[in-house]
Amino acid sequence: MHLVLFLIFAAFCLAGAINLLLQTHPINSALSLIVVMSSLAVLYLLLGAEFLAAAQIIVYAGAVMVLFTFVVMLLNVGEEEKTHGSQVAKVIGFPAVVVILGVISTIVLEAQKHLGGVSLSDGVTTTQDLSRVLFHELLLPFELTSVLILIAILGAVALARKEGHS
Amino acid sequence: MNFDVVPSSWYLILSALLFSLGVIGFLIKRSLITVFMSIELMLNAVNLSFVTFAHEWHAVKGQIFVFFVMMVAAAEAAVGLAIIISIFRARATLNVDQIDLMKL
Repeated sequence: MHLVLFLIFAAFCLAGAINLLLQTHPINSALSLIVVMSSLAVLYLLLGAEFLAAAQIIVYAGAVMVLFTFVVMLLNVGEEEKTHGSQVAKVIGFPAVVVILGVISTIVLEAQKHLGGVSLSDGVTTTQDLSRVLFHELLLPFELTSVLILIAILGAVALARKEGHS
Repeated sequence: MNFDVVPSSWYLILSALLFSLGVIGFLIKRSLITVFMSIELMLNAVNLSFVTFAHEWHAVKGQIFVFFVMMVAAAEAAVGLAIIISIFRARATLNVDQIDLMKL
């Protein structure tokens, strides 16, 4: 059961990510990214992270992607122009991607026998467990993120404001 | 084969594949907004690794790290999209090949 669910949603993830690369219109790319993020939420649920699955749907698939689609529509972005792009990206970038993927896969496959498995009966990390650690041990970083978000709001407003309306 | 157990390594390899697809997207896409989406894809791929290791070692802090990544990513998306809007206002294009100067 778990294997079937994993394969289905992993396939959705990869298909969405590949479709993001193949589409030429940004709105189609944004919609495939929503598919990737929602499938990732299911994978988090399979890994027992129920709070993160909900947060993934609400924050990523909801808020962030709505912002993306809003901007695509607001700017009325058309089809992407096909330009040749950077030579450096082709010469260094693609071999680097292959090397990174190869190294990570080799290490993971090498370590496979030391790693365990994931099954549905492993139990979930409840929101209670999560909040206990978050508010007892990591309260200062949590409060600092609120400052970060406040600065981000001010920055976004300052950047997106039209000139001459001071 | 046991259908109820998936090796943790499969999750990690899926995460590596998603990250690589994100990097490829960053390199081949020519629209600024899709490049930004590729960055979000890479962030999500790394989050999957974090959750997998948190499950592997029963460490709640791994999941909390993902929570922080999500918060920072939301803030980053807001600022990034504001920058994209102001770039579009200044140049009327989102093609990364034409956006090669820091200021007009």
